[in-house]
Amino acid sequence: MPREKTHYRNVNENPCNMCMPMGGILPFKGIEDAMVIIHGSQGCSTYMRRHIAEHFNEPIDVGSSSLNEKGTIYGGAQNLFQALNNIRRVYKPRLIGILTSCLAETIGDDVGGIARDYLKQQGLDEFPLVAVATPGYGGTHSEGYWMAVYKIVAGLARPTAKHGGINIIVPNLSPADIREIKRILEMMGVRYTLLPDISETLDRPIARPYTKIPPGGTGLEDIRCMPGAAATIQFGLTVEESLSPGHYLQSEFGVPLYNLPVPMGVEATDLLVSRLLEITGGSLPRALELERGRLLDCMVDSHKYNAQGRGAVFGDPELVYAMARTCAENGLHPAVVATGSGNSGLKRLMEPVLAECPEDVLFLDQADFMSIRTACRDAGVNIAIGHSDGKFLTEKEGIPLVRMGFPIHDHVGGQRLLSIGYTGTAMFLDRVTNTLLDNKHKNYRAAMYRKFYWGFKERGHTC
Amino acid sequence: MSTAVPNENLITERQLSILVKGRQRKNQLKCDAESIAGCVSQRACVYCGARVVLNPVTDAIHLVHGPIGCASYTWDIRGSLSSGSELYRNSFSTDLKENDVIFGGEKKLARAIDELVEKYPAELVFVYSTCVVGVIGDDLEAVCRAASQKHGIKIIPVQSSGFIGNKSAGYRAACDALLRLIEPAGEPRPVKRLNPVPSVNYLGDFNLAGEAWIIGDYLKQIGVEVNVVFTGDSNYRDLKKAPQATLNIMQCAGSMAYLARRMEELYGIPSMQVSFLGLDDTAASLRNIASFLNDPEMKRRVEELIRRETAAVKPQIEHYRSKLLGKKAAVYVGGGFKAISLIKQFREIGIDVVMVGTQTGREEEYQTLHDISDDGTVILDDANPSELERFMTEKGAHLLVGGVKERPLAYKLGVAFIDHNHDRKHPLSGYVGAVNFAREVYSTVCSPVWKYTREIGGGLFAAGKNALPER
Repeated sequence: MPREKTHYRNVNENPCNMCMPMGGILPFKGIEDAMVIIHGSQGCSTYMRRHIAEHFNEPIDVGSSSLNEKGTIYGGAQNLFQALNNIRRVYKPRLIGILTSCLAETIGDDVGGIARDYLKQQGLDEFPLVAVATPGYGGTHSEGYWMAVYKIVAGLARPTAKHGGINIIVPNLSPADIREIKRILEMMGVRYTLLPDISETLDRPIARPYTKIPPGGTGLEDIRCMPGAAATIQFGLTVEESLSPGHYLQSEFGVPLYNLPVPMGVEATDLLVSRLLEITGGSLPRALELERGRLLDCMVDSHKYNAQGRGAVFGDPELVYAMARTCAENGLHPAVVATGSGNSGLKRLMEPVLAECPEDVLFLDQADFMSIRTACRDAGVNIAIGHSDGKFLTEKEGIPLVRMGFPIHDHVGGQRLLSIGYTGTAMFLDRVTNTLLDNKHKNYRAAMYRKFYWGFKERGHTC
Repeated sequence: MSTAVPNENLITERQLSILVKGRQRKNQLKCDAESIAGCVSQRACVYCGARVVLNPVTDAIHLVHGPIGCASYTWDIRGSLSSGSELYRNSFSTDLKENDVIFGGEKKLARAIDELVEKYPAELVFVYSTCVVGVIGDDLEAVCRAASQKHGIKIIPVQSSGFIGNKSAGYRAACDALLRLIEPAGEPRPVKRLNPVPSVNYLGDFNLAGEAWIIGDYLKQIGVEVNVVFTGDSNYRDLKKAPQATLNIMQCAGSMAYLARRMEELYGIPSMQVSFLGLDDTAASLRNIASFLNDPEMKRRVEELIRRETAAVKPQIEHYRSKLLGKKAAVYVGGGFKAISLIKQFREIGIDVVMVGTQTGREEEYQTLHDISDDGTVILDDANPSELERFMTEKGAHLLVGGVKERPLAYKLGVAFIDHNHDRKHPLSGYVGAVNFAREVYSTVCSPVWKYTREIGGGLFAAGKNALPER
């Protein structure tokens, strides 16, 4: 059984998560012609822009209501009005998201009300302004992400005639992963609306002319029509019902929900493919079958190397679940499983996975990197899998890091990392296996020498 | 003032912050003002200003009192190097949650300090205030005072709630914290200087990639001792000695002018502006220091150093200059001193600056920028992506100098880019820095990749023009 470690803490030492509005920005970047404003002091939007820009290597424009002392005392409506006016003037968006910061929430601004007043004042009855309450103290970026997707769906979805398409709702995956999901859907002949779609907007080809809002993203009309879909597939197993857009579509409009794990690893990808076959009544494309076979071949080729891995996986709950499962599926023992989120769904989901592991697994939620580091040391971890802040584990403990998830700010190409579907899983596994191989090559001569060379002790060394 | 640059997309309130040299009668532009809502300012906040100035203090516990985000976005993101403690590379947070915001965070803060002080032996703790803390009214002063007494160490509150001003207010909050740190307990002022060798405090260098070490070595060679650097590779004990210096030399004036002024008032230490960016500014700064200290032997050593170092790097600089002659640069950086030095440094390698702006430049710095710019140069304060895009495009810039947020914009527009921010890993100061700078400019402006992206982006244009052998 997994050992578990959660405790009330007075101090977070090197955070493993970001704040709610940061997560809330990302879905708006995957909506066609959308802009987003953070209602708060100027710094919030700038820090988050910097963080996101560094991961995607893309310009990330996010407005701010630039709250000052006056706005903090008398309420920030005027600042927010001005921000909306200026953003509309410069960017000409067709949808604006408004995320609140700690400050706006603490002073008690009713952003929904301010948004309604603004639309009335401007005579913009139909303009979609999507307000999302994302106080930084209310949860992590993961919750902020899902809350924003939920509000987008709840704000736009309208009763629609059945159209037979499928809604695909995705967590914070890389643009390459999203393109892979779309490729699989297209290969299987599925008509779909994928939300949010950052595949083009946050991995933008060089093209002229430059536009202030990148082309691409989920169409507004497509989101409005999500209630007419035959089903929703949501990769959000860890998401609470109150934040689940798929659950909203099911309870409000009766769209059947298939809440699935992220299709990473052979089991989870099989699950997606079989559900798609069920819903569409189609048959498995030959090309996809071949990809599956190649993944199995990859798994067999690498299984003995992977068996030498003792992994630490950390990051967003949804991705942590996917990565831990994929490791377990390949005989790589997930010795430490950690998330900065306090997400209760993950713990429950992990139990059966971890129960099958031959050895103990240390599960940490609301983790910081100091606690992850200690856990790694206790558990003899030799490979870390997660976002860039894990480089701390490399520097301090010599544990190599396979970068995965968000943010990746010390390597290029976070937006191009492909890790899901049959092909993506194989690429992910290769990155993991090769890291283990490199690390072994780097250390084994010295390690064997220290351990076995008969003259070692005579030379006065001690292990 | 007449409207400098009308444009339908330009936000009306922004027009006073942009001017074109030679097009207006007046030279002043609006600066050091609050950012306008919805302008997508590139500026951060008060907390950011305070954190960047204080974070290089290596042996301090840096504790952010607030929800997690502020600490998360500032964990070890600066390239300040340390010759001693690594404690400053951790980001500690009280990680306030909803209940703390409702019931107050003072007790949690006190417990956090207790835990950290017990775990990490330190003589100094900086406690940063964030937006929420400023609103819920936690008494940072009282908590820090009580904790100081309890633990017998310096625990200094930094008043850096994000909404109380802009980034400059954060610089000031950091300087206030430093002043409290260096305050001699009950001693008469000014402080006696016992050291026969002249010693300086070097203000406004954060030891990115060892820059403060490079400059410290030059100073040593001319017979000047660095008392302490504010704040690159500094520590509690050295900072306490600050009142003993003969002179304050100040590079990043945007963040340090206030501290220099206060130290002059309190301890009678005069201050002087220096810059070690580029050959000319480096040489001029060394000469000014020797002149100020009025030591003929030192002046001789300065000339010798300048001659030797210049001779060593000149051929390389000339090589790059020949490749770069006539290119046009746009500059958008944090502070005014850097912008001023960059204009001169670009001239050294044959490049004209066609657009220059800063996040937090001061009025006198903008006056200098105006004076040294060529006619037609766009000068702007607190710019946004839309303005950067417009002016880089209009002025035909080949290169932008900026920080992380500006980089992808430049690249998407097919413009080369120089990182002149706090997370770089190579020095740009002094003679070695001047060569690094020229090399970096060359590597980006003259990269072969641009020939594939110009004109029509990623289309087939480049392939058609290439002389690849075909059969």
